[in-house]
Amino acid sequence: MDIKTGFFYLFAAVLLFASFRVITARNPVYAALYLVLAFFQAAAIWILLKSEFLAITLVLVYVGAVMVLFLFVVMMLDINVEDLRQGFWKHFPVAATVGALIALEMAAVLMGGFRVTEESRNLQGAAPMGADLSNTKELGKLLYTEYIYPLEIAAVILLVAIIAAIALTLRGRKDSKHVDPDDQVRVRARDRFEVLKMDVTRPAAPVTEPAAEGKGEKKA
Amino acid sequence: MTLTLGHFLSLGAILFALSVIGIFLNRKNLIVLLMAIELMLLAVNMNFVAFSYYLNDRHGQVFVFFILTVAAAESAIGLAILVLLFRNKNSISVDELNSLKG
Repeated sequence: MDIKTGFFYLFAAVLLFASFRVITARNPVYAALYLVLAFFQAAAIWILLKSEFLAITLVLVYVGAVMVLFLFVVMMLDINVEDLRQGFWKHFPVAATVGALIALEMAAVLMGGFRVTEESRNLQGAAPMGADLSNTKELGKLLYTEYIYPLEIAAVILLVAIIAAIALTLRGRKDSKHVDPDDQVRVRARDRFEVLKMDVTRPAAPVTEPAAEGKGEKKA
Repeated sequence: MTLTLGHFLSLGAILFALSVIGIFLNRKNLIVLLMAIELMLLAVNMNFVAFSYYLNDRHGQVFVFFILTVAAAESAIGLAILVLLFRNKNSISVDELNSLKG
């Protein structure tokens, strides 16, 4: 058992523990923090697999951006945890049985079916890739030549995500004294100030007339 | 006992099973649901990276790159919808999500 194997088992154990805590943690803040730990362990395992660029991307993008966003949202919302966890432990035995069955079956198939080791890997490829180039450089060459259209589509997806996230959460404030600049520029002097022609005094309304009319009606 | 491709694939499978359990158990809590989906995508990415390493093929890593992009966009929009839901219903329980009147 060489050192790489030892590291693999260490990182895998911590990764599985952290992801178990993500799904069972009572407090969503703890779940988010355990998810950060899980992402770090996954990045370490990816470095064991010699894909440094993706490992660093995982740490930067996921831990640096997505998980911070998660933490922001979790802390911003006032969540009643007890309501959301009703029936959690009641369903736990069923879920654990099904999950263990899935994991055992898949592990049994995968461990037997994919016996590619380090040595056979080196025999298989004609020239071991990445001997002289860094992982980042190889990925960059692939991304900007063969995968240039998917890369542009990915950029558009990110743009759509930005616009959608802003458009969903944007709301006009009711209490702000916002004035439209268009209206301010377009305004004329007579819109602001108008001179009304009015008489200085008004003639007093004839008071007796309604009374006289009333009398006339009574007579009739 | 040397590491084989099967080890990494099994790790991905166990991680995937764990997140399936998580989705089942936390089906009322929208925010933990989103986290379990992130874990699922991580398990899938683990498979891609392992295959890419053991089969000497860099295209798998490019695919992981695109999955990361889509997952980031998905979680950003998901959290925006979550904030909107909390603003309207004052709760993030999935049980409250039963009115579609626009």
